[in-house]
Amino acid sequence: MATSDHNVVLHVADVHMRFGGLHALADIDLEVEEGKTHAIIGPNGAGKSTLLNVCVGRLFPTSGAVVFDGQVITGKKPHEINQAGVARVFQTPEIFPELSVLDNVMAPAFAKRDGAFKLNFFSNMHKEGEIREEARHFINDVGMTAKLDTHAGALSRGDKRRLELAMCLIQHPRLLLLDEPTAGMSRHDTNTTIELLRKIKERGMTKIIIEHDMHVVFSLADKISVLAQGRIIAEGAPDEVRADPRVKEAYLGSEQE
Amino acid sequence: MLTLPKKELIKFVIFAVVVLTMPVWLTPFGASYPGLLQKFAIYGLLAVGFNILFGLTGYLSFGHAAFLGVGSYAAVWSFKLLTMNAIPAVVFAVILSGLFALAIGYLSLRRSGIYFSILTLAFAQMSYNLAYSVLTPITNGETGLQLTLQDPRVLDLAFSEREAGLPIVTLFGIDMAGYGGFYFSAVLLIAGFFIAQKITTSPFGLVLKGIKSNQNRMNYTGVNTRPYTLAAFVISGMYAGLAGGLLAVTDPLAGAERMQWTASGELVLMTILGGVGTMFGPVLGAWIMKYLENIFSAFNENVLHGFFAFLPDNLESVVVLIASKFVGEGWHLTLGLMFVFVVVFLPGGLMEGYRRFVNRFFNGGKAKAEAPDKQTQPAE
Repeated sequence: MATSDHNVVLHVADVHMRFGGLHALADIDLEVEEGKTHAIIGPNGAGKSTLLNVCVGRLFPTSGAVVFDGQVITGKKPHEINQAGVARVFQTPEIFPELSVLDNVMAPAFAKRDGAFKLNFFSNMHKEGEIREEARHFINDVGMTAKLDTHAGALSRGDKRRLELAMCLIQHPRLLLLDEPTAGMSRHDTNTTIELLRKIKERGMTKIIIEHDMHVVFSLADKISVLAQGRIIAEGAPDEVRADPRVKEAYLGSEQE
Repeated sequence: MLTLPKKELIKFVIFAVVVLTMPVWLTPFGASYPGLLQKFAIYGLLAVGFNILFGLTGYLSFGHAAFLGVGSYAAVWSFKLLTMNAIPAVVFAVILSGLFALAIGYLSLRRSGIYFSILTLAFAQMSYNLAYSVLTPITNGETGLQLTLQDPRVLDLAFSEREAGLPIVTLFGIDMAGYGGFYFSAVLLIAGFFIAQKITTSPFGLVLKGIKSNQNRMNYTGVNTRPYTLAAFVISGMYAGLAGGLLAVTDPLAGAERMQWTASGELVLMTILGGVGTMFGPVLGAWIMKYLENIFSAFNENVLHGFFAFLPDNLESVVVLIASKFVGEGWHLTLGLMFVFVVVFLPGGLMEGYRRFVNRFFNGGKAKAEAPDKQTQPAE
C-alpha cells in the first residue's frame, strides 16, 4: 500500500472475515487520510457493509486489525469506538422513531458531552439551551427545521437519512462512515446531500462513503477503492479507477449498461 | 437542581393537591377510610417507580414484587431490632431493595425483551420460594414476619421501659395505622412523583427513552446502554422497596405472598391499564384497580339480590347467578375483562382514552399536541 506524508486516520490492516465457508473479506488493507473522502464501491455482496461493520465494532474480524488514530479499535465495543470519534450512518436509517426530530439530534449531543454513562438527573431538557441551539443548527444544515417537533417515525425515508446524518454530525466525529447516504432519495435531495457533504469536507472531516450512485461517488471522492468478492481489486484517484479495465469488468460495466 | 419545566410543574401541583385531598373527594365514592387511602398512596408509588423502568426504557420486569417483599421484611426487621419509628424502616427498605435490585438487574439485564421478563420472573419466584422455605429464620415462613413481645428494639428500649402489649408504628408520636399512615405515604408518593418527573425531563431520561426506541442506535451513538438500564432498574426497585416498607409501616407484618408472581402481574396490569410511559397513567391505574378490587371483592350474593330486586324473580336468580361469578372471590374475572377491553380498544391505557376524549370534544379533532409513547411492548 502506498504510504504518503498525510496523516492516516484509519488503517484497516490485513483484515480477513470469514462466515463459515464464506470469505466475506480477504486481505483488506486500507488507509484513509485525514480530511479526505474515501469511497468504497463494488457490486452487491462485495463486502462493503461488512467492512464498515468491522470498523464500528459490530463485527469482530477473523484476523487483522483496525487502527483508528493510532489506536487499535478491533475488539472494542461500538459505544467505545463512537466515543473515540467514529460515527456511522446506516444503510437502513437507525433513528429513534418515537422521539421528536429535535430530541433525536439532542441525544447524540449529550452522549458526546457526557460520555458513555452519566447519571444526569438534575439538569433538565429545558435548561440545556446550548445543546438545543446546536441541535437546531445541525437540523437546519440538513434542511429539516420545519420538522423540528415531528416524530421521527413519521418522516419519509429520505428525511430519516438526513436526520441520521445530523445525528452523526452533531458529534463532530473525526471519521464519518456513510453507508449509502442517498439511497431512496429523490434527485433533488441527492444533490442537496452532496452539497452538504461537500460543506462538511471543507471543515476537514474525514469520511468513508459506500455508494451505488456513481454521480455521488465521483462528485465527492478523493480516492476510490473497488471491492469485489471480498477483495480490493483496484484503488486510486477517481479518474484512474474510472479508466481501470478490471473495474469496468467487475462493476462499472454491469452498472452503466 | 430542583426545577421543573412549567408544564411539568403544573402537573406536579395538580398531582400534589389531588393526592392530599383524597380523604375529601373520595368520600362520595365510599373510599375515604384510612386502610384504602393508604393502599392508594402506596400502590401509586409502586406504579410510578415501575413506570420509570417499563415506561422509559421499555424493559418489562415481571419480578418487581420481590422488591416489594424485601422492603416489607426490611421494615419489619427495623421495627423488631431498632425502633418503631417509621423513618429508619423506610430507609432500610429502600437501601436493601436497591441492593437486591442491583444484583437481580445486573444478571437479568444481560438479556432484553421476553428473556429479560422471564429472568426477572424467575428471580422473583426464587425469592418467594426462599422466603417460604430456606430463609424461614429471617422471614418466618408461612406465618409471616410479625412483631413479638420479646423483640429487642434496642433504640426504643434504651430510652423507655417496655410496655405491656405490642407496640405500634409511629412517626415521632403520630400513629401510622390510620390517617397518619396515609399522609406519610402520600407525602412520599408526591416526592416520588417529583423525582420521576425530574428523571423523565432530564438528559438521563432522554437516553432511557432512546434505549426504548432504538437501543442499537444508542450504542453507535456512544452510549453504554447497560449501566443506564441498570440505573433505571435499581431506581424502580427502590420505589418498590419503599412501597413495601410503607405497607409494613401501615400494618407491621410481612408475608412471602407479597413476593408472588401474581403481585408482579398486578403491577404490570395497573401500569398498562392507566397508560405506560405517561406521568399520571400508572398512578391512575393503581387507584382504579385498588378501588375496584375493594368494591367488587366486597360484593356477595345478598348484595346482588338487593341490587337486582327490581327484576322478575326467575330472571333475577339467573342474573344474580351470572353476576356472582364476577364479584367477591371472582373479581379477577372482572379485572381480566377490563384489561382485555383496555388493551384491545385503548392500547395506550386510560390516559389515551382521556386524550382521545379531549381531542374529540375540545380540539375539534385536531392533531394532538402531546404525543406520548404509545407502545406497550417491551424493548427489542
